[in-house]
Amino acid sequence: MLVRLAWRNIWRNPRRTLVILLAVIIGVWSMIFLGAILRGMEAEMLRNAMSNLTGSLQIHHRAYRDDPVVENSMADRDKLDRVLGISLGQGAHWTRRVRVMAVASNARHSGGVTLVGIEPEKEARISFIGSAMTAGRYLESGDKNQILVGRAFLATFNTKIGHKLILMSQDIHKEMASKAFRIVGVFSAESEAVEKQFVFVPLSQAAGMLKMGESISEISILLPDLDMTGTQETHMALKLTAAIADDTYCVETWQQLLPMMKAYLEMSGFFLYVWYGVVFVAMGFGIVNTTLMAIFERMREFGLMKALGMRPLQVVKGVVAEAFFLLVLGISVGNILGFLSVAAIARNGIDLSVLAAGAQMWGIPRKLYPEIWVQDLVVAGLVVLVLGVLVSVYPAVKAARFTPTQAMMKN
Amino acid sequence: MAMVEIKDIKKTYHQGNVTVEALRGIDLTVDTGAFVALAGPSGSGKTTLLNIMGGLDLPDSGIVIVDNNEFSRMTQADLAALRLHKIGFVFQAYNLIPVLSAIENVEYVMLLQGVPATERHDRATAILDDVGLEGKYNRRPAELSGGQQQRVAVARAIVSGPAIVLADEPTANLDSKTGEGLLLMMKKMNKEKQVTFIFSTHDSMVIDYARRLVTIKDGRIVNDETK
Repeated sequence: MLVRLAWRNIWRNPRRTLVILLAVIIGVWSMIFLGAILRGMEAEMLRNAMSNLTGSLQIHHRAYRDDPVVENSMADRDKLDRVLGISLGQGAHWTRRVRVMAVASNARHSGGVTLVGIEPEKEARISFIGSAMTAGRYLESGDKNQILVGRAFLATFNTKIGHKLILMSQDIHKEMASKAFRIVGVFSAESEAVEKQFVFVPLSQAAGMLKMGESISEISILLPDLDMTGTQETHMALKLTAAIADDTYCVETWQQLLPMMKAYLEMSGFFLYVWYGVVFVAMGFGIVNTTLMAIFERMREFGLMKALGMRPLQVVKGVVAEAFFLLVLGISVGNILGFLSVAAIARNGIDLSVLAAGAQMWGIPRKLYPEIWVQDLVVAGLVVLVLGVLVSVYPAVKAARFTPTQAMMKN
Repeated sequence: MAMVEIKDIKKTYHQGNVTVEALRGIDLTVDTGAFVALAGPSGSGKTTLLNIMGGLDLPDSGIVIVDNNEFSRMTQADLAALRLHKIGFVFQAYNLIPVLSAIENVEYVMLLQGVPATERHDRATAILDDVGLEGKYNRRPAELSGGQQQRVAVARAIVSGPAIVLADEPTANLDSKTGEGLLLMMKKMNKEKQVTFIFSTHDSMVIDYARRLVTIKDGRIVNDETK
């Protein structure tokens, strides 16, 4: 009956209840909707960063990341192949690369680039390059002197498909090595900087030019599921490190490879919860105010209840139960509206292409697809419910502290 | 045997700069099974005395003992428990919880006592039948007349089997016929169940029904007669 009493009490003044309910609904909806947009942006940024030749994990020579030269390459390909074949689960992909700094030049221009030797078929399953061709064709495994360049590179070098490009770099004997390639395809990327920075050639051609033999610069691994927390990557890195059992090599997760991204994601998560706090503070004042109004209106009734033998704690429980119902109702409707609004934009995403020029610098995607995280739903729900109930304790205690006669003289 | 013992009770209210001496040294003993009226003009201290007897308010000095419980040694929670189990209240107005039906209002006290739902329902319907409210169990207070509301209040006051019922001007808002019906009902309960009734009133009909009349004036008992 106490539940029935609380439920009926909140509908004694429907207009006031609806106003505070609306505040809770809008608050919860905004938490879910903006949270989903933020999480969608984070996920898309991470996917972009991972597909930008990072992957979930990478294996390098221990010194490569500090000094990315051909001498710091990995020679024991067979062992690494064996370990990866055993350790990686279903759905995981991996590929080998040669990656060195080089100078590209043609008749009109020259400039620094990153020369990436790839295994075309495997690379296409891991990084952006497989689906980024805008003109010409993608590399094939039997290609000899074919090269892929970015759209922005094409403009900078004032060249086009079919034209020749000379690449120069230092080989494994510290001698200058150069090779002529012919542009067969043009790719586009989220960022113009990527289009200018990277050129792709078959792995065998890069290794041949740099006299690396069977050595490679890195192995990139893509795990089947995106884990924003990096937990699965950390577990896999530990597993691979143990399986390789060679200090010459190191396995690093995207969190180690992209420390800026990791910091951004942590900061972004923190700000989301700050937002939850701000929304709650606004909502909390409304809850306290409404509950106080409801209590002062019914002060005589509380006096009557106490006269009948209701203990102060039971008065508190009764008032808190009313706030609880109000909050549960608001949270439920807020959640439903949040889901509906996210679902409405999730199919086609939010087009941010007008901001692309500015946004690309921060890795923000051109199209944003909101994502709802269960963790955020739980936190938003708990923040509103637990803190809402806590703030309602203040007016409840106020009601409980009056003696029956004081309370009955109030109205 | 004394149900209520009051010794030298004093109570002063302060309202802004004004000090009102509501009770100026009251001594009163009420036996179990008594049917007592506290009479006197408005502001004489009747309601204050009734509130103090019920543990709704505490005196500034003096001793209050109800059913062998001395109030000065009790906490607010103890007093609430005493009210719940031993004392029934009937107030002049605003007697019922407006969002609960008649039967729910009667069940409410038993709910606080922890009486099981089925027993609560059975006892509540029986007592509502006794006070003449058959078929009106599910009406909310707003759907009942003033007399019917007071009957529900009386039903609620006695359903939990209290040792004493304190009624503050229970007939004040009722027509004489309804008021008399209510008094007859309370008299019957007093006789049959030995429940002690103490009324504050200036209704001559209530005074006529009382077996003992205590008259209060300016916070002092000026007359105490047993009929």
